[in-house]
Amino acid sequence: MTNERIIISSPHLHAATSVNRVMTRVIYALLPGILLSVWFFGAGVLIQCLLAVFFALGIEALMLYLRKKPLGLYLFDGSAVVTALLFALCISPYTPVWVNFAGICFAIIVAKHLYGGIGNNMFNPAMAGYVFVLLCFPVYMSAWPLPLGTAGQHAAFLQTLSIIFTGPSSVETFDALSGATILAYTKSQISGMAMISEIRNSPLFGSFAGKGSEWIAIAWVAGGIWLLFQRIIKWQMPVYFIGTIFIISLMFYWYDSDIFLSPVTVIFTGGIMLAAFFIITDPVTASTTALGKIIYVAGIGLLAYIIRTWGAYPDGVAFAVLLMNAAVPLIDNYTRPPVFGEAKNGK
Amino acid sequence: MNRAIHPFPGGLQIPPQKELSNSKTSVITPLPDQIILPLQQHIGAPAVPMVKTSDKILKGQVIARADGYVSVPVHASTSGRVIDIGNYTVPDPLGLKAPCIVIEPDGDDAWFEIKPTHDYQSIDPKVLQDVIREAGIVGLGGAGFPAHVKLREGMENIVDTLIINGVECEPCISCDDRLIREKPAYIVNGARMIRHAVQAKHCVIALEEDMPEAYAALKDLIDDDIELIRLPVKYPQGGERQLIKALTGKEVPSGGLPIHIGIVMHNVGTAAAAYRAVTRGEPLISRYVTVSGEVKDPKNLQVLLGTPVKHCADQCGYEEKDGQAIILGGPMMGMYVNNMLMPVIKTTNCVLVTSTYNQNPELPCIRCGQCAEVCPAELLPQQLYWYARAKNHDRLREYHLFDCIECGCCSYVCPSNIQLVQYYRKAKRQITQDEQTRTGADQARQRFIARNERLAREAQEQNEEMLAESDIDETDKQSFIRAAVERTRAKRAQMKNSENPDDHDE
Repeated sequence: MTNERIIISSPHLHAATSVNRVMTRVIYALLPGILLSVWFFGAGVLIQCLLAVFFALGIEALMLYLRKKPLGLYLFDGSAVVTALLFALCISPYTPVWVNFAGICFAIIVAKHLYGGIGNNMFNPAMAGYVFVLLCFPVYMSAWPLPLGTAGQHAAFLQTLSIIFTGPSSVETFDALSGATILAYTKSQISGMAMISEIRNSPLFGSFAGKGSEWIAIAWVAGGIWLLFQRIIKWQMPVYFIGTIFIISLMFYWYDSDIFLSPVTVIFTGGIMLAAFFIITDPVTASTTALGKIIYVAGIGLLAYIIRTWGAYPDGVAFAVLLMNAAVPLIDNYTRPPVFGEAKNGK
Repeated sequence: MNRAIHPFPGGLQIPPQKELSNSKTSVITPLPDQIILPLQQHIGAPAVPMVKTSDKILKGQVIARADGYVSVPVHASTSGRVIDIGNYTVPDPLGLKAPCIVIEPDGDDAWFEIKPTHDYQSIDPKVLQDVIREAGIVGLGGAGFPAHVKLREGMENIVDTLIINGVECEPCISCDDRLIREKPAYIVNGARMIRHAVQAKHCVIALEEDMPEAYAALKDLIDDDIELIRLPVKYPQGGERQLIKALTGKEVPSGGLPIHIGIVMHNVGTAAAAYRAVTRGEPLISRYVTVSGEVKDPKNLQVLLGTPVKHCADQCGYEEKDGQAIILGGPMMGMYVNNMLMPVIKTTNCVLVTSTYNQNPELPCIRCGQCAEVCPAELLPQQLYWYARAKNHDRLREYHLFDCIECGCCSYVCPSNIQLVQYYRKAKRQITQDEQTRTGADQARQRFIARNERLAREAQEQNEEMLAESDIDETDKQSFIRAAVERTRAKRAQMKNSENPDDHDE
């Protein structure tokens, strides 16, 4: 919408802010977590990130060209890169290149541009892309590299590269190199009537959550706190989101600690921390009112816990985000705050 | 008594940039070659000219009278000759021309007879109101609302607090600051006079903390009858509703007026002008104007109304450069103008020359909600933006578009650089126009119905008269009517018969 302005309208001053500045800071905040992921899960993470960014920029450029939008203005606003990184961090580091491509295509073409491009998308593109590949190619999403520090084989760089681009040389070698994620493992063990205390003895568990992934989760928190100080995101969103999950999981943990994970383990596993600071805070797809934001993130927390605990999939954050995205217009409509000079409650 | 400060919602910290112009004593601008006085320099009905071309006039003489209650007269700002009455460029965002009276000064600057009142306390407030009206005084803070209307509201209602607004929250502007420093007595006495007129229980003069000299100047003159309050700097604290909230904690109801919660507010300039008008008999013919930005010598000027903006800028060493914009008012709410021909009017507080104005392209809204956080009216600017683009007028009303004070905070913080205020202005104009068209159409419809009724009534009356004149009794009337009806029927049948053969022919 670069309509020609005949009238130069007030205000003539503008704060030092732009979409690009916001997106660039989000990317910076992701870096520590990405580095730790590479450390614990191998070069696959980095390769997925680079591929996703490459695909995303290419498809974004194509879509902008087809939609006759000014390329220079939109291509490097950073939104496509953020989408690509978040998508790449959700998928398995062993994901074949074409699955990565399919996911990015869905994210950028369907979830973003078919809805009208940046600002108009109803669903979080990264989550839409991830759920798309999760539903279409579940097999590739379940095999993760073993985290550093566990016994077993770890893929070398070239091995990882060949798995991604040409597929594993044989099923046996791939099986040796991969395992379930901590959440998938726990889910299968619980359905096998194992108790949490037994499950926790698995080498996949670290000191309080998943081995390796617990530190990555802390890196997301660190990046997120930096974003809070940069005033890119608001504290209410991660706090109410994590708080909701913590309280629900605490109640179930008290009820039966043999079959429900402890609240600390719950919030530091899977996608919770990444979502808390980088996904649910996406302004485009979140509610815009103060109260609406709280309802939105609490809803995601509740749904994520329900799907994770009783659903068919090991983690539920992506589904929960998309479900609440769909509820945003409704939430916004019913949480309109009173304006200045309008009677306020309790006054 | 210490007054608690209640921060108003939203708002911004913007670099004030007042130091450019506020340290120098104001200068009286020399007479320009031409004085252009628009007939409308205020909110309300334009004034009606009372002079003809080539009339000799004196300084302070009424040259156009007020038309209606919400209107004020226009006075000649110097003596000379009327050389034209016609359309000239005025300060207008669209660059439109409007009716003006143009004066060629004779250089004598000779006063028309003026009638000072030495003791305002001896005169009836109602008379005071008339004096202020006849002096052409309007709100000098920016809106230009006739001052006597606010005064009358104050006289007819119980006033708890009179607030004299010296909060000059817009960056770059320092004309009120200079006025307070140079003429503090006018402001304090003006405040006392208005207080007397509206019988306010409390009287507050409010300043911001970045005006220590002005504060000191007023502090010397006031007694404990007036509270002098310094507020922390925050934009847009000078807004009427925002300042009332800050000083009293009360919110003016949405769609209501300050008087509804017992408050009257006047700008310091208005108070000074009113006092001057009453005690010295001088109408409003000059004002303080800040010239700031990219000029050699930014400062404040005392300018005769009607002086071309270019003449003011020239006094401060203005040199035309490419890529410069001229803004009348401050950088947040001021109006961009593409030439400097228009005159300084009653509401012109600043002439800003800048080349760093915002020209970045607009991107789509990413719904970040920063706009809602800074909105002092607690609106949802991004929702308003959607509805404004969709021209959904019902929703715009529902989301209180008309509570927007156009302060520009939302656009200032928008990462997508959307000119939100411009969308709101357009939408407001559109809605107002639609309403006028609708009322117009409704009136036309009513007129049409009334006309039809009148015609029907007249026709009936005519018939009755005819019948009465025909001097026949009631039964005859009936037979007369029957006969007439039959005649008509016969005529119709005949017409049908004559039409039908034609039909067959075709």
